Formats: sequence, structure tokens, C-alpha cells
Amino acid sequence: MSRIQAVFAELAAQGKKALIPFVTAGDPAPAITVPLLHRLVDAGANIIELGVPFSDPMADGPVIQKASERALANGIGMREVLGFVREFRKTNTYTPVVLMGYLNPVERMGYAAFAAAAAEAGVDGVLTVDAPPEEGEPLWAALHQAGLDPIFLLAPTTPQQRVENVARHASGFVYYVSLKGVTGARHLDLGEVADKLPEIRRQSGLPVGVGFGIRDAETAAAVGRIADAVVIGSRIVQEIEANPSAGAIEPIYQLLHGIRQALDAVSNEEKA
Amino acid sequence: MQMYDLPDEKGHFGQFGGVFVGETLMEALTELRDQYEKYRGDAEFQDEFRHELKHYVGRPSPIYYAKRWSDELGGAQIYLKREDLNHTGAHKVNNCIGQALLARRLGKQRVIAETGAGQHGVATATVAARYGLECVVYMGAEDVRRQASNVYRMKLLGATVVPVESGSRTLKDALNEAMRDWVTNVESTFYIIGTAAGPHPYPMMVRDFQAVIGEEAKWQMMELAGRQPDSVIACVGGGSNAIGIFYPYLNEPGVRLVGVEAAGLGLASGRHAAPLNAGTVGVLHGNRTYLMQDDNGQIIETHSISAGLDYPGVGPEHSYLKDSGQAQYAAVTDQEALQAFHNLCHYEGIIPALESSHALAYAAKVAPTMDKDNVLLVNLSGRGDKDMATVAELSGIQF
Repeated sequence: MSRIQAVFAELAAQGKKALIPFVTAGDPAPAITVPLLHRLVDAGANIIELGVPFSDPMADGPVIQKASERALANGIGMREVLGFVREFRKTNTYTPVVLMGYLNPVERMGYAAFAAAAAEAGVDGVLTVDAPPEEGEPLWAALHQAGLDPIFLLAPTTPQQRVENVARHASGFVYYVSLKGVTGARHLDLGEVADKLPEIRRQSGLPVGVGFGIRDAETAAAVGRIADAVVIGSRIVQEIEANPSAGAIEPIYQLLHGIRQALDAVSNEEKA
Repeated sequence: MQMYDLPDEKGHFGQFGGVFVGETLMEALTELRDQYEKYRGDAEFQDEFRHELKHYVGRPSPIYYAKRWSDELGGAQIYLKREDLNHTGAHKVNNCIGQALLARRLGKQRVIAETGAGQHGVATATVAARYGLECVVYMGAEDVRRQASNVYRMKLLGATVVPVESGSRTLKDALNEAMRDWVTNVESTFYIIGTAAGPHPYPMMVRDFQAVIGEEAKWQMMELAGRQPDSVIACVGGGSNAIGIFYPYLNEPGVRLVGVEAAGLGLASGRHAAPLNAGTVGVLHGNRTYLMQDDNGQIIETHSISAGLDYPGVGPEHSYLKDSGQAQYAAVTDQEALQAFHNLCHYEGIIPALESSHALAYAAKVAPTMDKDNVLLVNLSGRGDKDMATVAELSGIQF
């Protein structure tokens, strides 16, 4: 059983929801990334999404784009990102790490070389935003070969037939983009999400995480009522933008801890 | 000889092209592909397109024999395909009309575009006004500064121009921002991509709409010169004017196709925009193609005197034509392009766009090495009025 599967199995047994924070590797400074990851776990993170910076992040809003720019200014490339994961794994062997980014840095390294290096560093899953199933097969093959889970995005615009196609390739969990837009935008349509999720769950047989547009404990709790996992990214990265230093770590801890409590309150409601 | 019939149904030109976008856009691109396939063979659509090109754009654009300049260079005869004489002053409008007609058939009332030099933005704003569509144009803040008159032109035409402050603040950043708009407004909005890049079906669609350039050139050359040229020469940024003139010549034996990239301060300096000459294969803006990138797969900043060529990628079909040897790709520097710009003004009374000046500069390089019987056809893709401020500034003149 992969680390991601184990986490979802354990949470399901406890009747709890997964909390998945996102941060960009090397933002705001290389020395802060690994301590920050540990603190995310302290705050209740079950899986970590670690952003691989890219110069042209088409699917991201301004907050995560700036995080990418800060990381790139710090000289962060794929090798450095994998270095952070390796460092994190020295003291944490149970929290899955999913790399999230764009295809080109992976392509540049070579699929097989990347997959092997990522697995060796302790990565669990890989989400490349701009590699849909139509183009992704060679990459998914390399990831599976190395024992990594390819994580797929599904969108409100994804038709039935594509859900089936994506479900065939996906493992670990499926990431449902909760709105039409870039990361960090507002206007989350909960009703729409609630309509779509059972179908995705049925077809994929995988837990479904929901992200894009979740900004506070209240929304997270509402999403937690219908999804298996809540992904929160831009709101966390905003704390780094406001205070690009180690000083951002504690406010992020507080933010995430608050969301954890709200999610657990939902689980307790359901048990009661 | 096997007929050239790329791309395949998934939008691949060999290993290049394809559809590399986020899931949110997949359905819109699938719909666009299906609809385009339908209208591509639809006589009524094609008739309307041709009608608009004739009566609104003023096609066919003439071919002109640049005799005085050719004589001065002392070699091959240079013919110019005068896309600069189109309505809006460049080839860009051909494609905009095609895509706007498609947008109307798809029921989209809002169009968006990215622009570098501003030519595609102006062309999009123009056709949006013509068909009564809402229009938003994304333009890098650096380009907004370099091309102030085109910004004003777009505003006059009723478009909203959004300066993009992210990244290098040029064409690629404008493209990122337009993609973001499209992801957000995908149901109401048609994205009019201006160059033969982006995800399938855009490279094919833009090529098809621009192919009118080469189709006309083929009969015009017979009419005017009594023969086809030895070489067809066109500048390549994203590569839409080049693919437009090359495509009808691909199955024509004996015609050499030469794309000319921007060598900026020189290929050795690293400060250029010549991915086909000095780049490596990667994935950007929805397709696999040659790119300017570093060892980490990050896209690097490009440089060219011409905003329209200042782009780190290139249309995937050009990548394919390069690797298959069906076209050759050269590069000329800022200085060489500027010299050709001045020479065409001086000898022919034609002010060319700085983009097109790259193709002219290549012709000026090779013509003297050729025989007087040889014929070069240069795609003069746009006029240079928009570049007045840039050229004046380089000559130390302030308006």
C-alpha cells in the first residue's frame, strides 16, 4: 500500500478528512522550506503538496505565480526541490509528499530519470498541471514504474467520458478543481462540487480532494462535508507574501490549525 | 512524393504540437477542434471567410518586384509579398477574421487575445469591432511601453488593453495571462490566438487561415515572374506569417523555404529569440516545440529589437519542418534587421515592420551570392509605422 493510500485508509477508519496544504519549494527562502513542511504536519496536514517552481505557471493566479518567481530567484530547480523532500524524510516517514507543477521541468530532466530521483528522495505522487491523459501516458508509465502515484485534475468542465478516462490512469487520489479559474480565485460553487463528486468517486474508486478557491476554515468545513480531502494553497502562500521570512511559519501554523479544527468538527458532527 | 498532411488527429506534427493544457481547458479545446473540423470543410464558412478577406482586408495583397533594391544588392531578384498593405497593416488580420467567424458560429460574444508588437491585438480589436464582439487584449507592460501607438489604436477600436506586469512583461507573459482569462471565462469567451502556436487545434487553424498568403503567392508569381521563386523567406517569431506562406509551397518541388529568427545581439550572446537555431525541445503554452530554456526547464528571457519576434517558443509545425529538413531556419541580428529596414525605406519607399525586416535582412545577405536569374520571395508581413518610435530612439531622436 502506498503512503497516500495508507493515509486515506487510516483517515477513513477514523471518519476524518484529509487536509492538504500547498507551498512552493524554496519560497521565500530555501532554508525555510523544510522547517515549514514539518510545521504544516504539526498543524494537522495529512499530505503535503510541494510546488515545483516554473517560470510560466499558466494555471496559477498571481499569488502562486509570485511564489514561483521568489523561488526561482533563489535558484530553485528540480534537484533542489527533491533535496528538500529528502531532508524532510529524515524525520518524517509517514506524511506523503505530492509534487505539483508543470511538465517542462520534468520533461527537461527526462521522465525516467525524474521518476527514479523523485522516488529515491521520498516523493509519493506527482501532479503535472499541463499534462492531460491525452499526452501524459509516457509520464504516467514512468511514474508507475517508480512506484509513484500520478495525481490527476478534474474540472467542472470535464465531461463524463473524460472522467472515465482519467479514472483509468489515476491512483492515490483525484484532485477536483472546484472552480473555473486559476488557483486562488474566489467564487467557489459548493452546490456544483456536491453534484459532481459522487460520480467521480464512483468512477475512480479513489478519494477526491477539492481545491482552488478555499480560503478559510468555514469554506474548508463546507467542502469537508462533501469531499475526502481539502486542498489549501494560495491562502497559505499569501502569508508568505505578506511576510517573506521565517516569521511566516507561525501564522501559517495558526491558519492551518484553525482549518484542521473546523474539519474535525465536521467529522465529529457526522459521527454524532 | 508523399503529400504533406500534418498534423495528425491529436494535433501532432511528429513529436511536436499536441494539447498540453490544464484539465479546465480540455473540453473547450475538444469542442473547438470538432467545430473547426466541421467548418474547415464547410463551403458557406469558407465563402464568408474569402468574402471578408477580399472586401474587408483588401486581398489579394500584391506581389511587388523590388527592382531598385535588388539591383543595388547585385544578385537575385527580390519579390515582396505585400501583407503590409492589408487592412490593419499586417498579415495578422487574416487569422483574426477566420477565428472571429468561428467565434460567432460557436455563439461566443467575448473574444480575448495576447499581443506582442500590438499587431495581433490591433487586428483582433478591429475584427471585434467589425462583428460587434467584446474584446480584451493582454499585452506585456514592457510591450505597452514600446508600442504606445498600437495601444491607443486598440482603445480607439473599443478594446480593453490589459498591461501584464508578471514575468518578463512581454509576449509570453501576455499569453499566460490570456490563458488564465480563458480558463476563468471559458464558456463565454473565444481565445483568438495570434500565432501558429498554442494547443491543438490552434497551430493548424492559424496556419489554414494564413495559408491564403502562399496560395495567392503561387499564382501571383506565375503571373508576375513566370516562375516560382528559388526561395521563400519569412520571419519567424511564433511563425504565423511564415507558415502561411510556406504551407502551400510544401508540396512544390524546387522551392527552398527559409524561416528567419531573431538573433538579437547575436546567437553567441545568449540575448536572442531564436529557439530553432539555439534552443532545445520542451513544452510551453500548450504544445511541444523548440524553446529557449535553461537546464532546469525554466523558460529564459528572450531579446529582440522587434516585439513581435520576442518569444521563447515557436509554432510546433516549424519545429517539425526544421527536423524533417523541409524548411531551413536562419537568424539575423538586431543590427542586420535595422539595416534592412533602412534600406527598404531608402530604395523602395516601403517602411517595413521590424519583424519583417529580419526576413529582408536574410534576403539581403544571400541575394548578392546568387545569380541575377534567381528569384527570392520575401513575405513582407507588416508595415513599420508602429516601429517609428523604436527606430527613432535608436537613432537618438525623440518625438
